[in-house]
Amino acid sequence: MKKLLSLIALFCLAVSPVHAALEFTVSGGDVGAKPIAVVPFATPADINFDVAGIVEADLVRSGLFDALPRTDMLEKPTAVNQIDYRNWRTLNRENLVLGSLSRSPQGGVAVRFFLMDVYRGQQMIGFDMPAVGPEQLRVVSHQIADLIYEKLTGQKGYFNTQISYVTAAGYGLARRFQLIVADADGYNPRTIASSKEPLMSPAWSPDGKKLAYVGYERGRSAIYVHTLASGELRKFVAEKGINGAPVWSPDGSKMVVTLSFETNPDLYIIDIASGQRRRLTDHYAIDTEAAFSPDGGSLAFTSDRGGSAQVYVMPAAGGEPKRVTFQGKQNLRPRYSPDGKSLAVVNNEGGRYSIGLVDLQTGSLRVLTDGPLDESPSFAPNGGVIIYATTGSGSAELGTVTVDGRVHQRLRQPGEVREPAWGPYGR
Amino acid sequence: MKKNLALIAALAGLALAGCASKGSKNAGDAPVAVGSDSGISTTGTGTSGIDSGSAIGSGAAATAYSLANKTVYFAYDGTDIDSAGQTVVDNFGKYLTTSPSAKLRLEGHADERGSAEYNIALGERRAQSVARALKTAGASDAQLSVISYGEERPAADGHDEAAWAKNRRVELAQ
Repeated sequence: MKKLLSLIALFCLAVSPVHAALEFTVSGGDVGAKPIAVVPFATPADINFDVAGIVEADLVRSGLFDALPRTDMLEKPTAVNQIDYRNWRTLNRENLVLGSLSRSPQGGVAVRFFLMDVYRGQQMIGFDMPAVGPEQLRVVSHQIADLIYEKLTGQKGYFNTQISYVTAAGYGLARRFQLIVADADGYNPRTIASSKEPLMSPAWSPDGKKLAYVGYERGRSAIYVHTLASGELRKFVAEKGINGAPVWSPDGSKMVVTLSFETNPDLYIIDIASGQRRRLTDHYAIDTEAAFSPDGGSLAFTSDRGGSAQVYVMPAAGGEPKRVTFQGKQNLRPRYSPDGKSLAVVNNEGGRYSIGLVDLQTGSLRVLTDGPLDESPSFAPNGGVIIYATTGSGSAELGTVTVDGRVHQRLRQPGEVREPAWGPYGR
Repeated sequence: MKKNLALIAALAGLALAGCASKGSKNAGDAPVAVGSDSGISTTGTGTSGIDSGSAIGSGAAATAYSLANKTVYFAYDGTDIDSAGQTVVDNFGKYLTTSPSAKLRLEGHADERGSAEYNIALGERRAQSVARALKTAGASDAQLSVISYGEERPAADGHDEAAWAKNRRVELAQ
């Protein structure tokens, strides 16, 4: 009996963390991609982990790099003094990554790596990463990819970050929603919440430690705050009517939400520590989907006060909203770029819903995706990539696009995948 | 609960027999026309027994109404109630007027296009539009509650106008 129980326990353990991980496809990254080679790292026989494989996959997924297949490598150096640069020049590789793993005397595994300039025969960077437990090697691999990406593109990397998204499956009473947090490469998905009722609008706290989201309980909506490390769940706002669209102020002290209990959907700012609340908009139209500017001084939001849904900007302290989108039948759900200079929006042009980028200085809008049903854009913390929800062959999936509109990725799994939110740096 | 059961039994009997004599037997039971999730609903031709029951308390001539249709549909980005929707509203208005203790939950929905939270707001606006129409038809505030599910709970699968038209709706739930 005892044996049976432990077997059952084992079975449960094996089953509960299983979620289909997101599967990636990349397109549009071939033209102008930098030729690189990531040589398998020297690895002690008792460690079964391919650091170079993860580094290479991160770089390739960005669309900015073209990696040499391992089978085409003429040599596999794992230290700088083993490199014969002619072998890499012959294959037109501009850059070479190599490294090694070793057991640290203090315990854990240390990774050393080098990024080489093949044509100059010079080291560009070399790092000894702090020793970690074997379960942390994936994080170290993403950190290495970040360092290489930053050195070669001049832009901060975004591989060692997390994303959250909502999955939905089934119709009617059989419908189920899950709120998931996963690594930015789709690996390691964890279920944060699951419900028969909708789960919506995940929003990362600026320190990446908490997620605010909208849930329903017994036919009423509420905004919840989930602390990732402890799993603690706090019901933050639960008024009559809509409790929606939570966003955190950049300093993490306040939240702006949409509430409709007084009359109709308007924006409210709430001091998180005191719970003190102030109404920011008071209009008979719909005001919702607020976003804080990175400096915390402004709010962009969706309003149909002009007749159709468009994006407006107002001072975060309150004040007169000013319309900032003029191209397209509708523009919705703004998100500020990390530099504060542009807004990613959902742009409806003739019934086609695409992700657009609004230049706040000139007011011009650039359409980045083809639609027809794209929504929920969210910037990677480096500002170079936007993740969004889109329609694949039949079901909702996620896409990413570089802000120049060049490189596209799809992330899919069975069922609907929606409402992505890219987490901040640090975890 | 007991009352409900009796009522359902009565209505089921009606549905089976469909004759006036059966209905008139129940005329004294204050028959509330119940359209539950199981799809039971009243039907009347204006001369059957159930109609005389429905008219209890009004003293007026019997009114026929059906609670079979529980959904009001909307145009793209719209909140106006069309004539088909108005018929649904009128029927439920009669039901709520004749059954002051009855309550109705108005669930607003949107199609999948656009953004999720805007669609929540749109769904609420539609549900409130139906609430206003029901009040015009005689319902009281206390009888009505409003909830919006936006694009989260589609009634129809698919990514075309046929599916979207079915999803832009307010469901009247008892």
